[in-house]
Amino acid sequence: MQNYFSKYFIMLRIYLGLIVLLASNMVWAENDIKPIRFGLTPAIIHNQYELLTDWRAYLQKKLRRPVEFVSRDSYRETIDLIKQKKIDFAWVSDYPYVYLEDKRLARLLVTPLYQGRPYYCSYLIVPSTDLRTKSLLQLKGKLFAYADPYSNSGYLVPRYQLQQAGEDPNRFFRKTLFTWGHRRIAEAVAQGLVDAGSMDSFVWDTLAIIQPDLTHQTRIVAKSPEYGFPPIVASRAVNRADSAALQQALLGMANDPEGAKLLKRLNLTGFAPGDAKLYDGVRKMMRTMEEP
Amino acid sequence: MKFILDLSYRYKIPLWGGLLVIITALAVSSSFILNAYDELKEDLLLDSQTMGYSLKTDLFPAMLHNDVWRAYEIISVPINRKTEGSNPVKAEHILVVDNELRVFVAAHPKSAPMLTEMRHISPEHAVLADRITQMGGSSSQEIDLPGSKYYYYVTPISSEKLHLGTLIIAHPKNIFLPRFVQIERHGLLTGAMILTILLPFNWYWGRRMALPLVLLSERMGDISRKWPSDLNPELYVYRDEIGKLFEAYSQMLKDLKDKEELEKKMVQSERLAALGQLAAGIAHEINNPLSGMLMAIDTLKSYSDLDPRTMKTIALIVRGLTQIKDTVGALLVEAKINSRNLTPQDIEDVLILITPMARKKALHIGWHNSLDENVPLPATLVRQILINLLLNAVQAAEQQGEVAFDIAVADKQLQFSVTNNGKLLSEEQIAHLFEPFSPLSEGGHGLGLWVTYQIVHQLGGHISVKRESNTQMIFTVGIPIGGVA
Repeated sequence: MQNYFSKYFIMLRIYLGLIVLLASNMVWAENDIKPIRFGLTPAIIHNQYELLTDWRAYLQKKLRRPVEFVSRDSYRETIDLIKQKKIDFAWVSDYPYVYLEDKRLARLLVTPLYQGRPYYCSYLIVPSTDLRTKSLLQLKGKLFAYADPYSNSGYLVPRYQLQQAGEDPNRFFRKTLFTWGHRRIAEAVAQGLVDAGSMDSFVWDTLAIIQPDLTHQTRIVAKSPEYGFPPIVASRAVNRADSAALQQALLGMANDPEGAKLLKRLNLTGFAPGDAKLYDGVRKMMRTMEEP
Repeated sequence: MKFILDLSYRYKIPLWGGLLVIITALAVSSSFILNAYDELKEDLLLDSQTMGYSLKTDLFPAMLHNDVWRAYEIISVPINRKTEGSNPVKAEHILVVDNELRVFVAAHPKSAPMLTEMRHISPEHAVLADRITQMGGSSSQEIDLPGSKYYYYVTPISSEKLHLGTLIIAHPKNIFLPRFVQIERHGLLTGAMILTILLPFNWYWGRRMALPLVLLSERMGDISRKWPSDLNPELYVYRDEIGKLFEAYSQMLKDLKDKEELEKKMVQSERLAALGQLAAGIAHEINNPLSGMLMAIDTLKSYSDLDPRTMKTIALIVRGLTQIKDTVGALLVEAKINSRNLTPQDIEDVLILITPMARKKALHIGWHNSLDENVPLPATLVRQILINLLLNAVQAAEQQGEVAFDIAVADKQLQFSVTNNGKLLSEEQIAHLFEPFSPLSEGGHGLGLWVTYQIVHQLGGHISVKRESNTQMIFTVGIPIGGVA
């Protein structure tokens, strides 16, 4: 999906990145080394193209083999890519992870650390002009924005909360829409397209640093309980060696000066070996909501 | 209005010219603005059409999949687009409504939240909603509601007979304002430039046109009171109507002056003629008894027995009568005296005659005698004229002054002039100069010029006197050769 908010120079960087990527692929192709394909989703701010280009270059250097980033706006598409074995790894949200894990399509590789901890939560946000809303339940009959039908913080959490409060999540709001990305939840709320939205706390916190004029137009009404941070998963189809290599490269970033710089730009403090228990809360919600 | 029309051409021509220049500049600017307005409307319509078509094509799948965010992104693009170049055409509001005329999405969602009835957004939208209902989703249409701040362009969102909703694009009417301001500034600048170039030119030209007329009109106005000064012919050298007017004026002035001069001369010469007749008549009447008386006294004196007292008385009477006879004789100018012809030597004799007197006053005499042969005119009379005029000149000239004399034969006339500096005569004095017993005469009986005048006239000639360059008096005489003209 085209991003209409990107500036021309960003587009230019993408093209340059593509050229570099193609060129490097050709070099690697000569050596007959298969590139690592890494899926990106709106679990992070996946359109910070410059940062992602640098990160990819870093990983290529560490792994000594080409890395391809495959960016998709919806989790569904990324899930399909893993199913079809078109990507080897992916940075996904909790919900797709649990889904992939339970379907035995992928397993946990690493969990990112935000401010030293592998947790995040869901923010309920309203326009900053709305000073009355104190909780989700006050939003009955309003316009509401979800991030993605396979999002945890941007879909599952508010619906679970509604259900727990005895409401029908499918009828509670007058109208809902998907923005296919957490950043756009903030935009939709700020522009007044919707009355409220639910989004990834990490994305909001990062936006508050890189795009404060956007977050200033929104107000956090409520924060959900903490869940495991959206993890990086490895496809079951990937061999152990490749998987271990990427895991090592990611875990080692915090101890590497260049890696530390990239982590800082990613607004993370590091990566930790995955612990599946972190995502039990999400699994429980999914079961309750009778989601797949 | 009459006040303006009564103004002098000096102001009227530049004013009218300036007015025309300003009107022209305004007209040109207005036509620019009108043109720009048409162009802008054209641009606007074109922009709306193009935008409507491309947006509707993108919006159709988004609406079909109920993807509000996608639709929102699609309609946000033209709104957030930066205006490029000088084209100010940019939509301000874009609204997508479904078939129930409820808001599907708006580019400014705060003013038109999703699911709002379109009719409830504003009264203008209610009117638009009616129009859309009337249109029945057939084709795109421009809607210009009177009094509205926007031009609306309505495009049905449909594909292959599946009608999903309607796209409404609103362009603000005031987008013309910056362009107008720009054009007006351009127009004013151009106008000002034209004015700065043309107005002084127009002013100069107007003044130039008007000045001759003004001068003419001033002089014509004065003509009944006094002689107006001459117009400098270099003031206007062109042969157009004004040039011709100048010429006609000069001619008229000259004719008038000539006529007056002629009248004056006629009056003078008639007066002198009358005086001459009177004087001659009286002289004859006196001369006859006078001759008798003198003869009688002569007879009486021949008797020698008169006592001394009687003799003394008789002598007294004779002297008185002789004086009367002289005076009367002087008045009775008799030109018909047979005389020899004038020779060049006669002229030189006159010079010799006046030289002693001239020397007394240390005068410089300019003597130009062009005669080289005898002239068939009575020498005695001509000499008398010359002596009279030259003696007068010598007398009037100031100490160490100048007297000039020219004589020549030209146009079958003996022409000569006597010029002196010194005391100048007024016009009034000149008018009565040739009358007998002139009060100007010093030491004489005031008959010198009278006699001169009479002789010249009896010879059929003319004599005139005038002041020249305010320092000289000049007497000019012309006598026809070969009989009385």
